[in-house]
Amino acid sequence: MATFTSTSRQPFNAEHVRKDFPFFETGVAYLDSANTSQRPRHVLYAMDEYFEQFNSNVHRAAYHVSEVATERYEGTREAVRRFINAHSTKEVINTRGTTEGINLVAYSWGQKNIKAGDLIVLTILEHHSNIVPWQILAAKTGARLEWVDVDEKGELRLEQYHALLEQKPKLVTFSQISNAIGTINPAKQMVHDAKRAGATVLVDGAQGAPHQGVDVRDLGCDFYAFSGHKMLGPTGAGILWGKRELLEAMDPFMAGGDMIKAVRQEGTTYADLPLKFEAGTQAVAEVIGLGAAIEYLEGLGMENITRHEREITEYAMEALSELPGVRIFGPPVERRAGVVSFEVEGIHPHDLSTIVDRHGVALRAGHHCAMPLMIRLDVPATSRASFYVYTIKDDIDRLVEAVADAQRIFA
Amino acid sequence: MGVDEQFYREYILDHYKNPRNFGHIEHPTYTHEEDNPLCGDVVGIDLLVKDGVVDDIKFHGRGCAISQASASLLTERIKGMSLDEARTIGKEDVLSELGIDISPARIKCALLSLKVLKAGAWGLGEWPGEEEE
Ligand SMILES: Cc1ncc(COP(=O)(O)O)c(C=O)c1O
Repeated sequence: MATFTSTSRQPFNAEHVRKDFPFFETGVAYLDSANTSQRPRHVLYAMDEYFEQFNSNVHRAAYHVSEVATERYEGTREAVRRFINAHSTKEVINTRGTTEGINLVAYSWGQKNIKAGDLIVLTILEHHSNIVPWQILAAKTGARLEWVDVDEKGELRLEQYHALLEQKPKLVTFSQISNAIGTINPAKQMVHDAKRAGATVLVDGAQGAPHQGVDVRDLGCDFYAFSGHKMLGPTGAGILWGKRELLEAMDPFMAGGDMIKAVRQEGTTYADLPLKFEAGTQAVAEVIGLGAAIEYLEGLGMENITRHEREITEYAMEALSELPGVRIFGPPVERRAGVVSFEVEGIHPHDLSTIVDRHGVALRAGHHCAMPLMIRLDVPATSRASFYVYTIKDDIDRLVEAVADAQRIFA
Repeated sequence: MGVDEQFYREYILDHYKNPRNFGHIEHPTYTHEEDNPLCGDVVGIDLLVKDGVVDDIKFHGRGCAISQASASLLTERIKGMSLDEARTIGKEDVLSELGIDISPARIKCALLSLKVLKAGAWGLGEWPGEEEE
């Protein structure tokens, strides 16, 4: 096992944490962690170690290095199970990321269970990856989509949600945290109410898992999808968790090698969970990297991470609000994750990004894969600063200075 | 700071803040609007053609400084030109007129008005696939 190099077992200190991330040697003030995070050495080493010492395919060969690779690969599954408090590793499916997890459910569960006239409830806060698969499913099956709206603070209108639940939806799907404006949804209550209404519930945990963590059994949903690359892991490795009975009853998503028990000319029997959903050669190094990322996060402690992000978010909201003509979207800091989406009067977000980039500040501009929300907020795009374990106040100061400079240029 | 001012050159900011030929033409020969869903930029162009010459041109839209300044510059350039001449204007011309280094992520902003012009004035077929830049 790669040695745990983090300084993090000491009391949480972002300045120290940052030293574990080689990326920061670039000097970039990286404010796009909701998009993808940076990776600590602990993760990079774990992947290197695989490539250098036991590079081989998993589950297939009887020689030693493949056994080590398989052990590490399966080690991630156990780390994930622990991290999300799942009942069993059989419920933990490796995917490429949230998008694949949601598509898997839409295809394998949806096509079997959703019928013409059925209702699917989603929200206007969703990322396109939790919209488009349902639109496709609805078009194929004749199901109906209904959207929960937000209020002027960017928080879901729960009374409307409850009214929709009275129509007995078959599926309810929503994000734990909005990537576009940072809203923390009352996920547990929403799941509880949806389950009472008899719905199957999917929670998009792409932002929730990295920034808040999750206990899937406590949350009570049926499916939970997230991405490793937003939680200090590499791209190409993500997780779909699902309740065992549901996963057992579903057909495979992709078919091919590894997902079979036996293949005959007359037909095929599928592998048991979780391999039934892991067809073909998997992203072994990336999955191992994800396991290391989870270890690292556990070392820091999710409560510490949440607390640190809140502090940075509050600091950023205050500092940005002091600039004239800055409007921040989304809820107050108590119900907001480490995301500040804003607009600056008279400066288009793309111009702003271009200018702050020249100050070495990486700031996202655009619709953040949430076009329906942008239309709802009546903006073409926003600027978005998002934070993580390594974000420090200096990053925010640099952002504010760069925004002020843009304002001088555009004055 | 110096760099930024060079990037957002005075005249680009000027065209952004005080767009030339902004508005609509009452009975245009051609009218066309496109948006760039990725950033929400919108540009629409009205053309009035008389005897094969661009007698009047107006644009409207909203979006980033690059997209709007580029549209404004393009209308100035084309007004009074023969349609045949206008048709020869290409991406290179538009980019060199802007005179700044456009990053790959922003190139669509810079070329949106040209796309609108080409699509509006002589059919979408003339515009090579955007992905082929
Ligand atoms: C809330 C949310 N859902 C889904 C996704 C899609 O994740 P991925 O692109 O890793 O599949 C993202 C990532 O941008 C997200 O923020």
